[in-house]
Amino acid sequence: MKKNLYQLILPAVLALLPMAVKSEYFLHLMILFLLWVVIGSSWNILAGYTGQVSFGHAAFFGVGAYTAGLLFQHLQVSPWWGMALGGIVAMLIGLPFGAICFPLRGAYFALASLALGEGIRHIATVAEGFTGGMMGIMIMPTFTSKAPYYYIALGLAVLSVLSIRAIINSKPGYYFVSIREDQDAAASLGIDTTLYKNISLSISAFWTGMAGALYMNYMGFIDPNVVFSLHDYSVMAILVAIVGGVGTIYGPAVGAFIMVAFQEFFRTGFFGLFDYLGKATGSPAFTALSGAVRQAHVLGFGILVIVVILYLPNGVVGDWEKIKRNVFRINPAG
Amino acid sequence: MSYFRVEKLVKKFGGLTAVDEVTFEVGKGEIFGLIGPNGSGKTTTFNMISGVYPPTSGKVVYRDREIQGMKSHRICHLGVGRTFQVVKPLGRMTVLDNVIAASFSRVNSMREARGAALRTVEFCGLAPVREVLARSLPIAGRKRLEIARAMATRPELLLLDETAAGLNPTELVEAIELIRKIRENGTTIVIIEHIMHVIMTISDRIHAINFGQTIAEGTPKEVAANQAVIEAYLGTDYA
Repeated sequence: MKKNLYQLILPAVLALLPMAVKSEYFLHLMILFLLWVVIGSSWNILAGYTGQVSFGHAAFFGVGAYTAGLLFQHLQVSPWWGMALGGIVAMLIGLPFGAICFPLRGAYFALASLALGEGIRHIATVAEGFTGGMMGIMIMPTFTSKAPYYYIALGLAVLSVLSIRAIINSKPGYYFVSIREDQDAAASLGIDTTLYKNISLSISAFWTGMAGALYMNYMGFIDPNVVFSLHDYSVMAILVAIVGGVGTIYGPAVGAFIMVAFQEFFRTGFFGLFDYLGKATGSPAFTALSGAVRQAHVLGFGILVIVVILYLPNGVVGDWEKIKRNVFRINPAG
Repeated sequence: MSYFRVEKLVKKFGGLTAVDEVTFEVGKGEIFGLIGPNGSGKTTTFNMISGVYPPTSGKVVYRDREIQGMKSHRICHLGVGRTFQVVKPLGRMTVLDNVIAASFSRVNSMREARGAALRTVEFCGLAPVREVLARSLPIAGRKRLEIARAMATRPELLLLDETAAGLNPTELVEAIELIRKIRENGTTIVIIEHIMHVIMTISDRIHAINFGQTIAEGTPKEVAANQAVIEAYLGTDYA
């Protein structure tokens, strides 16, 4: 009963948010959060559930973004059409790649995914005639207000999480987890491991590509170093899932919230705390510190991940019982 | 034609011939024992039958169809199930989920798979631990889970690889009972076993190999009295 209540309240709050909160800045953060829900959940179905760790999800994100951007630039097709296509093109990029890597076991897929992400970034940079190279792609945003983007991102996040949840609780989901736990056992139970790894990759690439295309629509500008960024997308996708909980349905959503908040916390110099202290005390030390902190978010991520791995190896959602016990002192037995 | 047979099966790993021209036939409904000292090639034979790797040469014929070199999952769908000597539980899944995953080889809906898995879990005596994570099962439970999972793929031919090893006397009796129950269901069984008491009690016929080569075949009594078998197990000094 209590759980059902949460399940009603949370969507209601998210749906009504743009009406209650007029801050464009806050909505921008929420849109980023929702994009990360999609990317994190996508990474999670492949790595968390199927056990195929990807270091190259920027490839799918960037390909989705470029699909939307290039369709508009070359053919004047609305980038919203590009959104549907972005997912499909990302999936098509993933398929031959999976077909090559998945019959192999071990670290091959992880290593090759790293190469895929970096390789496509270079291709996008070099193929100037087609992609505009380092100049990137600029399109006019459809909406001036952020609210429509917020709702589209919300729709995408809800759809992706619910569809992934449905898949996980059905035959493919059982097959994914079986492959993660033991490939030989999985094969002996009639599971075509190569096929199901490819299915998992396709689902993952599809939603990541959709998120990329939405990013193109929303930001209005992309270049290869932004959307194919190893640390901003490929690694961030991993961090989102690890912090929230690898192999849990809602883990990446929680991880996305934490990571976006954490990044913003650093980017703004602890929400302007250091700037304020600098002004209040007149000490140049605080102003200098403020500048340092703003650039230290990657260091912050590193520390956060170490803390999470040490104390919450299954992530916030995966170790929720542990958190309740130790932090909130809730003892289920007593 | 025979129900199941392997013909001149050979497996070479580099310079080592692990299985050397092994040939045997299994009739429908039979319990067929495969024995031999450690390293004699029993599990390698199973791996070739179940498609873990292809044989170097030779044939595996199941219901008049050559299945050597096929992928494991296809062989499973044809109705050949197996257990692993080194148990392979799907650790972070519950016992029931392990069996549900296997049931999906025959049905597609969650409801059907769950129903079938519940029956299999009950049949194999795992009902009391069905919600337990597979990795926290003791060895007897894991061996049982191997059988339950293989049974959930509804095999007509079941390959059991040392399912009795590591069990205590009470568990052994239960394991033998379970294997008999499976046979009564109409499943043909090929079983590898080191525990002589088990293999001699339940097998209809036994095939003995040593260093990859056939040394004897016959009823349990005949094989137990065979000079080559005794030498293989005890060494020529004591035989």
